[in-house]
Amino acid sequence: MHEMGIAMQVAEIATASIPDNMKDVRVEKVNLKVGRLAAVVPASLRFCFEIITKDTALSGAELHIEEIPVVARCRECDTEWTIAGPVFTCERCKSGSVEILSGQELNIESIEIADE
Amino acid sequence: MFYPVFPARMLYKRKIQFMAGPESDLLPQLILPDGVCNPVRNVCKPLPAVKTYGCQVAKNSERKIEMEIKVVRKVLDVNDTMAAQNRKMFAEKNIFVLNVMSSPGSGKTTILEKTLARAEIKSAVIVGDICTTNDADRLAGTGVPVVQVNTDEFGGDCHLAAHVIGNAAANLDLDAIDLLIVENVGNLVCPAEFDIGEDARVVVLSVTEGEDKPLKYPLMFRVCNAALLNKTDLLPYLDYDKEMAVRYIHQIQPEMPVFEVSAKTEEGFDPWLEWLRNCVRQKLVKQNAN
Ligand SMILES: Nc1nc2c(ncn2[C@@H]2O[C@H](COP(=O)(O)OP(=O)(O)OP(=O)(O)O)[C@@H](O)[C@H]2O)c(=O)[nH]1
Ligand SMILES: [Mg+2]
Ligand SMILES: [Zn+2]
Repeated sequence: MHEMGIAMQVAEIATASIPDNMKDVRVEKVNLKVGRLAAVVPASLRFCFEIITKDTALSGAELHIEEIPVVARCRECDTEWTIAGPVFTCERCKSGSVEILSGQELNIESIEIADE
Repeated sequence: MFYPVFPARMLYKRKIQFMAGPESDLLPQLILPDGVCNPVRNVCKPLPAVKTYGCQVAKNSERKIEMEIKVVRKVLDVNDTMAAQNRKMFAEKNIFVLNVMSSPGSGKTTILEKTLARAEIKSAVIVGDICTTNDADRLAGTGVPVVQVNTDEFGGDCHLAAHVIGNAAANLDLDAIDLLIVENVGNLVCPAEFDIGEDARVVVLSVTEGEDKPLKYPLMFRVCNAALLNKTDLLPYLDYDKEMAVRYIHQIQPEMPVFEVSAKTEEGFDPWLEWLRNCVRQKLVKQNAN
């Protein structure tokens, strides 16, 4: 629901990551990692990104989103598994003492620049 | 707390793109250094342009040099930094901060009105709303200092961001309070994503909303420390399965305390108030020990 705010942050970080001596380059791609638990809808994030980067250094850049599954580990029996539905109890021993290892990411990983 | 801040790192990685001609014999040479190239990316790339990473150069192929700049930053970095600042400021002032979240209309303001009137804790409230000062007016009726904030600033009106809380807190006399309550914008999705520098989070769920809310909004129930099941006075008129709702909450967050309350009749308020007083007390003890 706050995709516009997130798109603005992404654009800001990506723009700041362009090295000073390369300010005229074209950014081809911005690579993001988004956890399945991050409450972000990829399609609307891409849409917002496209709108706000219009006529900027990021104009036309593709927002590449890698979705990260929710992986949990049981603190009791050490089982690790991928959570597919909204059940946060251990698959094996049913313990509720569960640690989330991945799935809450909202990271900008890299930008790709065309060096023409 | 939920988003440790990573330093912005910059690494340069050369990436060589083959403008592939008919030399499909290039394919076996592809090197995929770990962590740099994931298979999905290659699948997405339309053929015949084949991309590879690393410094393999194929003979006689026309090539174009590109760069991939590693950034590795949390998108909510700015918010997290502000939240850490807030947390430090509140710790210095010995204030316990509670972030109250729920879907619209589940009874946050009513619960807080009753809570503030009975808790006997020196408190203040920051209340976020898209429009109107209705909630602030109601809460001010309890005699505690109230700051109303609007939420347009962060490019969305769906949650309170850390810098908004920082600015709002500047309007309060922080030396005079032990508890700061933040009534977040009515929304079960976005506020769960934004650390505001709070010590604890509670989610309010009312019995008119359906039992399966926790399953539909798991993140909210994962990040909260306690849940209030509100409007229990309406249970006789509904087919609501209270036990099932609690079971669903525990499916998402097995050790979560659930307080069944009615903000209207104040039934069930004692355990909730006790929990809250305990939180405030523990923070004071911890601070004084430091
Ligand atoms: N019957 C009953 N009604 C309640 C109870 N708690 C709140 N209400 C009613 O529910 C409606 C919404 O309550 P609010 O306290 O304004 O809810 P809120 O969560 O603050 O709403 P927003 O700030 O707009 O998201 C009001 O009409 C309240 O009178 C309750 O325990 N029982
Ligand atoms: Mg309210
Ligand atoms: Zn287990």
